[in-house]
Amino acid sequence: MRQFLKLIVRNTLRHKLRTGLTVLGLLIAVLSFGLLQTVVGAWYAGANAAAPDRLVTRNAISLVFPMPLHYREKVRAVPGVKRVAAANWFGGIYQDPKKFFPQFAVDAAQYFEMYPEYRFVEEDKRAFLRDRRGAVVGRKLAETYGFKVGDTLPLRGTIFPGDWSFTVRAIYDGAEARTDTTQMFFHWDYLNETMKRRVPRRADLVGVFVVQIAEPARSAEISQAVDAQFRNSAAETLTETEKAFQLGFVAMTEAIVVGIRIVSFVVVFIILAVMANTMAMTARERLSEYATLKALGFAPGYVAALVLGESLAIAAAGGLLGIACTFPVAAWFGTQTGTLFPVLEVSAATVAMQLGAALAVGVAAAVLPGRRAARVRIVEGLRAIG
Amino acid sequence: MKSIPLAYSVRNLWTRKLTTALTAGGMALVVFVFAAVLMLDAGLRQAMVSTGQPDNVIVTRRSAGSEVQSGVERPQAALVESQPEVVAASKETVVLIAQPKRDSGTVSNVTVRGLAPQGIALRPQVRLAAGRMFRPASTEVVVGRSITQRFAGTGVGERLRFGARDWLVVGVFDAGGSAFDSEIWGDVDQMMQSFRRQAYSSVIARLADPGAFDALKRRLESDPRLTVDVKRERQFYEEQSAALSGFISILGLTLSVIFSIGAMIGAMITMYAAVAGRTGEIGALRALGFRRRAILTAFLAEALALAALGWALGLGAASLMQLVHISTMNWQSFGELAFSFALTPKIVLQSLAFAAVMGFAGGVLPALRAARLSIVDALRAA
Amino acid sequence: MSRRVSPVLIEVRNVFKSYRRGGQVVPVLHDLSFDVQRGDFLGLMGPSGSGKSTLLNLLAGIDKPDSGAILVDGVDITGLPESDLADWRAAAVGFVFQFYNLMPVLTAFENVELPLTLTSLSRRERREHVAAALRLVGLADRAEHYPSELSGGQQQRVAIARALVTDPKLIVADEPTGDLDRQSAAEALSLLEQLNDEFGKTIVMVTHDRRAAEHAHAIKYLDKGELSEGADLLERSIR
Repeated sequence: MRQFLKLIVRNTLRHKLRTGLTVLGLLIAVLSFGLLQTVVGAWYAGANAAAPDRLVTRNAISLVFPMPLHYREKVRAVPGVKRVAAANWFGGIYQDPKKFFPQFAVDAAQYFEMYPEYRFVEEDKRAFLRDRRGAVVGRKLAETYGFKVGDTLPLRGTIFPGDWSFTVRAIYDGAEARTDTTQMFFHWDYLNETMKRRVPRRADLVGVFVVQIAEPARSAEISQAVDAQFRNSAAETLTETEKAFQLGFVAMTEAIVVGIRIVSFVVVFIILAVMANTMAMTARERLSEYATLKALGFAPGYVAALVLGESLAIAAAGGLLGIACTFPVAAWFGTQTGTLFPVLEVSAATVAMQLGAALAVGVAAAVLPGRRAARVRIVEGLRAIG
Repeated sequence: MKSIPLAYSVRNLWTRKLTTALTAGGMALVVFVFAAVLMLDAGLRQAMVSTGQPDNVIVTRRSAGSEVQSGVERPQAALVESQPEVVAASKETVVLIAQPKRDSGTVSNVTVRGLAPQGIALRPQVRLAAGRMFRPASTEVVVGRSITQRFAGTGVGERLRFGARDWLVVGVFDAGGSAFDSEIWGDVDQMMQSFRRQAYSSVIARLADPGAFDALKRRLESDPRLTVDVKRERQFYEEQSAALSGFISILGLTLSVIFSIGAMIGAMITMYAAVAGRTGEIGALRALGFRRRAILTAFLAEALALAALGWALGLGAASLMQLVHISTMNWQSFGELAFSFALTPKIVLQSLAFAAVMGFAGGVLPALRAARLSIVDALRAA
Repeated sequence: MSRRVSPVLIEVRNVFKSYRRGGQVVPVLHDLSFDVQRGDFLGLMGPSGSGKSTLLNLLAGIDKPDSGAILVDGVDITGLPESDLADWRAAAVGFVFQFYNLMPVLTAFENVELPLTLTSLSRRERREHVAAALRLVGLADRAEHYPSELSGGQQQRVAIARALVTDPKLIVADEPTGDLDRQSAAEALSLLEQLNDEFGKTIVMVTHDRRAAEHAHAIKYLDKGELSEGADLLERSIR
């Protein structure tokens, strides 16, 4: 066995340039594969961060239509409901449209009780609750644009027209790596008051209600109970778990997600071609050596195993290096894309897939050359010298 | 400089068929991804550009990113209509409704547009493909070709329910691959009532003279009674696709570049092996009187021939993608948008250049090694 | 005939050549001087490592001595820059190697044509020259065959055709019969003799083979970097 391993290691080092290039190619492929899977994972970040005890109620027609404010008390009255908070997607522009980040007007007191994963410095939180023009920003958002407590945050409204100005009162951190800290929140009441002055007929309208329930197991039942309240009214509602709500968004851009997944597998095929080429060339050059081994009495299986071993050794080297590189590159990618991908985490599943891909390539590349090596006729192979 | 016959380079590819196939195959995959991404972007833009007419303008609320986010009050709309440059105008309301898809049942946002008959006239690219147009002041609707294909309950004769009403689908229209193919159209007043809207979303207007645009824009945007943006329809729709297009381009091109490194490495390995296997020939050629540069060129030509083969295969596969249709949510308008892959002559040339760069980068170092060999060493190693 | 042609084709003057092998400097040729007359058929023999192939490489212009001069037809090839040397070789030298060194992907015809692509002859002129060369070596009917479809002896004859197609002054042959059976070797050697007798080509041939050396008109013996006449040949071959 030791001799077998020695042979394999020495053989891979015979052609340093070729082995080095192949390992480099595998590194890049495994790295790309891992990055792409991570990007796909980021798509589902919202759904993954959803809590089982939160529901989202929206207008049944679509998210574009609001609900009357007085629904809030009715929802609150449904048995099983602990808290209700109004939330409107603000959609304003900070300096220029490219500098996008999510902005929500929320019933602050209720909302942040429902989202314990947003961690505050207590003093700052109190300051925010006291200031009706106050705003809260997430850590990643603050870092991207350099927001500090006390800064003024001006926004140009699109859905809610006009110029708006807020004061940053608190910066929240996420409890876990997958918590979204690229968001900005301000007071729903402030939004509503301002709209009453500017465009009165658009006041007292809520985008969604976030509902916290006492028993997650009863979410389906409670959702239906909420919707039953508003059936046959002017604005019928649709209530679903937060996870289902987030997945709904993902489903809309499904085509892109599918596309990225497909492309991530294309890269595996590219590197398979490169690896198979390397092994084929290597095996062809060594045909006389394999013939000699067989002449000496080694079984065909041994010879095939030599080829397979070499292929796996190269694949493992490239694969492990690629996996190691994935983490720093993903982190760098995350800082470059700022708020576009709030959560960019390399998951264990991704690493497992990378490893699997590398090994699969190592095996597949060795199949034909290994078979050829095992089957070489001794006489033919020996004649191939010179 | 006398060069080695091209047949020498090209025929050597034929000798090692498996290696040539694998190396060219790797490059073909990269070219495929590169071309497919460019084609997707081109297809998206084509869908958007064909949506806009050159002599139409669209008026929305200032800074509104899309019609869905925009609101134009009735008096403002009337003002726009009455401008001297405007020869025809349509006041429209645009909303999104959530509908389940036919195949997966997942729900997606569909754009619903309320318009008047003059609005239909402002879109000459739209033709009726089945059934008939909706009657004004009725709760009838017509659906775009892409909608009826993809979404449940949108066939002629079926009823859609939204806004607390039933809407009867009476026809299917074909908008020539533009964004309108992904919309549902109905009567504007009925829709405004049903959605309890007081303000329109936008005003579409045709100008008697397209050159009058600048004057109109200046006047409307500086009028204190109005808070509007006036854009040519073409430009408006181009901006609609900017975010999605940017994402596709950047992600796709980044991936292509990274993948190309993998394919280049494959080409490099192949060419190094080719040089190593033919040192005797290289020595003989130099002895015969061919210069170092001729050797360099011959091996570079071989690498480029490989790349050309990869390009042909990759582009061929990519061109098949024209049969595929994509439907996804457009980030700007939040509505579902259908488009497909479009192959343009520019993409053909761009992918050729890309392949050439791959071939050159992969082949240059081995070719240099071949050229640098001393004649004596090369002959001895044979 | 106003121009007088010198009887000496190659003049070797005080040539030194050594190689670096694994950090050590190994002297191969030491202060070598001799002449080769026009129309000579010279055989170079000696033990392996004696430098005979090295000397051949120097005469053919594919290697340069450390010091000394080599004049071929009055031209000091040791002073020529590499690109000029390449042009010189194309016009003045024909090569015959032990392992033929034909391009496997080119036909016999294309292989023989290869040196002509370095000239400014038209395609038709090239074709005529190639056809003539192949006829001379008796392989006109094999013009479209690839080297893999030819026997060793036939491949060497194609190589000889290639060596003479540009009508060079000098033909160098490095172990031309080393890989051939007796019959093919005899054919190849008689071809070389024909080139020398009928066409006046000057030939310098390195060989191990005594029988091959007998076809040459003169033999020089190279040992430890020094040249001696063929008179000692018999003595040394007995030892």
